Amino acid sequence: MKHSLSTKVTNFVRNLYYPIVAIVASLLLGSLVIIATSTTSPIDAYRSLFVGAFGGLRQFDETLLKAIPFIFTALSFAMAKRCGIINLGAEGQFAIGALMGTIVGVSFPNLPLYLHLPLTLIAGFLGGALFGLIPAVLKVQFGASELITTIMLNYIAKELISYFVNGPIMDSASSSYPQSAPIPETARLGRLIPGMRVHWGLVLALLAVLFYYVYLWKTKGGYELRVVGLNPHAGSYAGMNIKRSIIRSMIFAGGFAGLGGCIEIIAVQGRLMMTSFAVSYGFTGIAVALLGSNNPVGIVVAGLLFGGLQNGALKMQAMTTASSSVVLVVQALVILFVAGRLMFRLRTGRYLKQRTLAIPPVAMDERGEQR
Amino acid sequence: MSEMNQEVSVNEVKEDRVAGKEILRMVNVSKHFAQVVANKDVNLTVVEGEVHALLGENGAGKSTLMNVLYGLYAPSAGEVYYKGEKVEIHSPGQAINLGIGMVHQHFMLIPALSAIENVVLGYEGNGTVLDLKAAAKTFSDMSKQYGMAIDPWMRVEQLSVGQQQRLEILKALYRDAELLILDEPTAVLTPQEVENLFDIIRQLTKEGKTIIFISHKLNEIMTICDRCTVLRNGRVAAEGLPVKDIKNANQLAELMVGQTVNLKTDKSVAKPGEVVLQVKNVSALNDRKLQALNDVSFEIRAGEILGVAGVDGNGQSELVKVLTGLIPASEGQVRISGVDCINKSPKQILEHGVSHIPEDRQKMGMIAAMNLRENICLMEYDRMPYSGKGGLLRWSWIDEHSRELCSKYQVRTPGVQELAGNLSGGNQQKLVVGRELDREPKLLIAVHPSRGLDIGATKYIQSRIVEERDRGAAVLLVSTELDEVMDLSDRIIVLYEGEIMGTIEQKDADRNALGLLMAGIKNNEAQAG
Amino acid sequence: MQGITSFLQATLRLATPTLLASLGIVFSERAGIVNIGTEGMMLIGALAGVMGSYYTGSVILGTLIAMLVTVLFVSIFGFFTVIIKADQTVIGTGMNILAAGLTITANRAVFGASTSPPSIDVFDSWRIPLLADIPVIGPALFNQPIPVYLAFLFVPIAGFIMFRTNTGLKLRAVGENPRACDTVGISVTKVRFLAVLYSGVLAGFAGAFVSMGQMSFFTEGIISGGGFMAVAAVVFGNYTPRGVMFSSLVFGAAYALMPRIQAASMGIPGQFILMLPYLITIIALCLVIRRSNRPTSSAVPYIKE
Repeated sequence: MKHSLSTKVTNFVRNLYYPIVAIVASLLLGSLVIIATSTTSPIDAYRSLFVGAFGGLRQFDETLLKAIPFIFTALSFAMAKRCGIINLGAEGQFAIGALMGTIVGVSFPNLPLYLHLPLTLIAGFLGGALFGLIPAVLKVQFGASELITTIMLNYIAKELISYFVNGPIMDSASSSYPQSAPIPETARLGRLIPGMRVHWGLVLALLAVLFYYVYLWKTKGGYELRVVGLNPHAGSYAGMNIKRSIIRSMIFAGGFAGLGGCIEIIAVQGRLMMTSFAVSYGFTGIAVALLGSNNPVGIVVAGLLFGGLQNGALKMQAMTTASSSVVLVVQALVILFVAGRLMFRLRTGRYLKQRTLAIPPVAMDERGEQR
Repeated sequence: MSEMNQEVSVNEVKEDRVAGKEILRMVNVSKHFAQVVANKDVNLTVVEGEVHALLGENGAGKSTLMNVLYGLYAPSAGEVYYKGEKVEIHSPGQAINLGIGMVHQHFMLIPALSAIENVVLGYEGNGTVLDLKAAAKTFSDMSKQYGMAIDPWMRVEQLSVGQQQRLEILKALYRDAELLILDEPTAVLTPQEVENLFDIIRQLTKEGKTIIFISHKLNEIMTICDRCTVLRNGRVAAEGLPVKDIKNANQLAELMVGQTVNLKTDKSVAKPGEVVLQVKNVSALNDRKLQALNDVSFEIRAGEILGVAGVDGNGQSELVKVLTGLIPASEGQVRISGVDCINKSPKQILEHGVSHIPEDRQKMGMIAAMNLRENICLMEYDRMPYSGKGGLLRWSWIDEHSRELCSKYQVRTPGVQELAGNLSGGNQQKLVVGRELDREPKLLIAVHPSRGLDIGATKYIQSRIVEERDRGAAVLLVSTELDEVMDLSDRIIVLYEGEIMGTIEQKDADRNALGLLMAGIKNNEAQAG
Repeated sequence: MQGITSFLQATLRLATPTLLASLGIVFSERAGIVNIGTEGMMLIGALAGVMGSYYTGSVILGTLIAMLVTVLFVSIFGFFTVIIKADQTVIGTGMNILAAGLTITANRAVFGASTSPPSIDVFDSWRIPLLADIPVIGPALFNQPIPVYLAFLFVPIAGFIMFRTNTGLKLRAVGENPRACDTVGISVTKVRFLAVLYSGVLAGFAGAFVSMGQMSFFTEGIISGGGFMAVAAVVFGNYTPRGVMFSSLVFGAAYALMPRIQAASMGIPGQFILMLPYLITIIALCLVIRRSNRPTSSAVPYIKE
C-alpha cells in the first residue's frame, strides 16, 4: 500500500515534469522577445501579467471567465486526437456554434427560459458538430486530409459569420453596424456567483470534461475511439467500424467547440459581431490540450493557465510597453516544447529500449498521454 | 575444367578456407540496450573465402551483432579488426567503404523505385547528375557474371521476393563488398529457391568473397557453411566450429538451445467431427487490385488442423482477411458452421465463434500503448460480462479476468496495468493467443503463431493450438515455417500465387513434395499420396 | 479579349505565391516531412521582406532578407521535427502561431500602430519586349513581375533536380524508406533537414512576393490560408513540380475569378465569393487519386534503433 502510494507520487511528479519545463522554457524565450521589442524588463512584464491573471479574486474571476472557451476548444482537439484525428478546425466549429446559438437566441424572443436556453445550447452544439462532421465525412469518403480541410473550413466559417451579421441576423436597431441583435434574457447564461463575472458556463465546461472522461474511459463507444486512435489496424481486426468511430469523434469534437462558442456569446459577449473571435480560441485550445496531455484534469489546469495568460496579457499591455502579442509567442513555444518534450528527457532509461523498438511511431506519440 | 576436377578443387579450397587468412575478428563485443543485454563478450573470427554460419535462436543476438559490425549500432564494449586492422565502424557508409555488405532479413529496398535506382542509391561514385544508363550497363554485366539476371529498369515492387534478394546481393557487390552478411536469407524462399541461393553463394566464394550466413535452420548450415559460431542468450556457445566435425543437427540444436530438445510437438491422431469451415471457389483481389486468391476451395472439420503452407505473399494474408471479413471476396462462398459468412463484416463473423491470431501482433493483434486489461477486452468489450447496461465497461470484472488469463497463459507481467508494448515478444504473443483461445472458438485461425519467438514460447503456443484441436475446434494454421506446418497439421494445403496447388495428408508430407508445390510445380506423385 | 488577357495575367500572378511555396515544400514532402507550418513561413517572409525593403530601399535585398529570415525560422521546425522527432503536425501548428505572434509583435514594435503603411520598394512588372506584343497571351504572360517568371521557369529545373540528380534520388528514397537509406550510408537526418531549410528559402520568397508583389505593405492576415493552400497544392499536384504548377494555377484562377464574379453582380453575397479559393482547395483534396506518389514514410519520424 505504502509502495503504491509512493509510485503514485513519483508518477504524479513525472507527469508534471514536462509541462513545467515547457512553460519555464517558453517564458524564458518569450522574455527575449520582450527585450527585443519593448523597453520593459521581462521581469516587470511577467509580474504585471501574473498579477493581472492571479493577483486577486477579481483577477481570478476574469481568468476563470477566459478559461471557459479554451477548455471547450481543448476538449475538441483532444477528443479528435484520441481517435487519431488532428482537428485544426475548432476555430471554425467554435464560430459556427456561436452563430447557430445566436440565430436561435435572437429568433425566438418569446420562448420561456427553460425552453429557450436549452434550445440555444443545443443549437450551438449541433452547429459545431455539423461543422466537425464535414471534414470527417470528407476524410472517410474521399481520403481528404483533415489537416487542410479543417483549416479551410475555419476561413469559410469566418466568411459565414461575416455574411450573417451583415445580412440575415443583422441588428436592425443599430443602424449599419455589422452585429446581431442582443441575445434576449431568456437565452442567456447567468452569473454563477453574485458579484463575480464567472457564469454557469464554467459548470457546463466541467460537465463537458466529466463527460469526456466517462465516455472515453468507461464506455464501449469511448473505448472504440481510443483503440482506433492508437491502432486502427487492431480496431478493424476486432470488428470495429473505423469510419464510424472517426465520424463519431468529430461530431463530439465539433460539438464541444460549438458549445463553447455558443456559451461565449450568450454568457459573455451578448451578441455576435465580426470581432467576436478576435481571440484565437481554436488554436489556443490546441495548446491547452497538448499541455494537458489530452487528459481531463490536465485540460482544466492548462485551460486555467491559458485563461490567465490571456487575461494577464491585457493587463501587461496596459501597464508596460510589452505587447500582449507576446503571449501568442509564449503559447506557440509551449506547443513546441510540449510536442518536442523528449529534448528535455532525463536519462532514466526506464523501458526506453523496448519502447523505441517495440512501439510504432503512432503509439510512441501517445506515450505521455497514458493515464 | 571437367566436372570431376572442379569437385576436387572445391574440396581443396574448402580445406584452405578454414586455415586461410583472417578477414574479420570481433573481440569481446558487448551491446546493451538500457538494461537488456543483447550481446555479451562475443568473439567471432571469419576467414577469407569461407561461409561462416552464425547460428542462434530468435533473440539470441545474431542480428544485433551483425548490426554492430555494419555500423548500425554502436557497440557498448569490444573491438573489431578488419583485415588485421583495428576499425571503429560508426555508420553503414563506413562499413560499405571497408568492403562489408549486408543483406537484411527485411530487404532494404524501396518498392517505388526502379532496380537500378535502388542500386545506385547512396553510392559514392555517383555524379551530381545521375547517369542511370551507364550504371545499368555495369549492373547488367555484373548480374550476368554471377548468374543473377534482373531487369534494371523494373520497379522493385514488381520483382519477386527471390529477385529482390538477388538485387540486394548485387547492390552490395556493386559497392565492391568482399564480406557479405546474409541475415536469415532463406526465410522467404521456397526450398528450390534456397538451392538457387546456395549456388549463388558457392559462386561468390569461388570469386573470393566471404559470407557470414545468419540462420536458425540447422540443415541449411550443415549444407552450405564451412564453420559455425553459435550464439545463445547473447553469448558465444561455440566458436568457429568446423561444420564437417559436426555429427548431426541435434548436436547443433543442443548448442543453440543449451539443453536437449524434443524438436517435435506431441500430437495424437485427429478425430475430425462435422465441417466447421467450408470455403468454396473463393477469389479475391489484394490492396493493389491484383488477383490474390483464385478459386480456392477447402473444408476444415471440428477437431482437425489444416495447415496452409507457402512462401510469404502467395495469398495467405488475403485468404485470412477474406475469412475474417477484413477484405471482400470477389467470388465464392464461405460458410462457418453452415452459416453464410462471405463478405460479412468482421463483427458478424466474430459472432460465429471465430478467433484469429493475426500475422503481425504488433500491427494488428494488440495496442502497444494500451495496458494489458485494455488489450484483453479488445474482442469482447461490447458484450456481457465485459460491458453491461448503458454501454459501460465493467473494469473490475475485466481486471479480475485479465489476471486469471495472464496466469493461465503464462503471460509474465508486473500487472494488468502494464503497457502491452513493454512486454517481451513472447509474452505479447501469449497475451494475444490467450485472449483468442479464451473465447473457446469453434474456428481458430492462427497465422504465423510462433514467428519471432524463442523455442520455449514456440513449443508452448504450438501445444496450446493442438489442445484447441483436441477440444474440438477447427484450426486453420498459416505458416511459412515448413517444420511447423508439417508438425502440427493433420492436412496441408499449399498456396502458390493464390491457388491451391495440392492437398497432402500429414503422413505423406515431406519437404521435397511440399517444396515443389510451394514453387508452383504440380507433381502428380506428391498429390497421389 | 481584354477580359481574357487580364484574367490570365491575374491568374499567373495570383498563382505565383502558391507555386513558389509549393515548389519548396514539394521537396520536403518528398523527403517525408509534412509542413503545415508553411503558412507561418510565408507570414515571416512577408514581414521580413517588407522590413528588409523598408530599411535597404531595395525590393531585391528585401526579398533576400526574407529568404534568410525564413530559413532561420524554419530551422526551428527542422530542429523539432527532424532532430527531436516530434509530431510534425503539432509542431507545424505551433510554428504558425509562433509566426503570428512574432510578426504581430515585431510589426507593432517597428512600424507602431500607425494606420498608414510605410512606403517601400516593391516588385514592378517587367515587360519582355516582342513576346509581350503577342496578341491576347502576350501581355498576360510576358508583362509580369520578375518572381512570376522565376517561379514558372523553376518548375522544369525542380523536376530535373527531383528526378535526374543524385540529390533528388536520395530525397525521394528518404521519404519512402528511411531505414533502407540508412543502410546504404545516407544520413536521413541531414537530407530531411536540408530539404526543410530549402523549403524555407522558397516559402520566404513566396511570402515576400505577397507583401511586395501583390500588395505593398504587411498586415497580420496577409497570407490568410495561402500556406495551407501550398500544402494542398502539393497533395493535389501528386508530389511533382509539374503537378504543383497545375494545382497552383487552379488556385490562382480561383482567386482571379473572385473580383470578376463580383463585378458580374449575379446577386451572390460577397462573402460567398471570398470562400471560393477555400472551397476549391477542399474539393481539390477530395479529388486526389488514391494511388499517388505520396511518400510511404510521410509524416513518420525516423528513429534510429
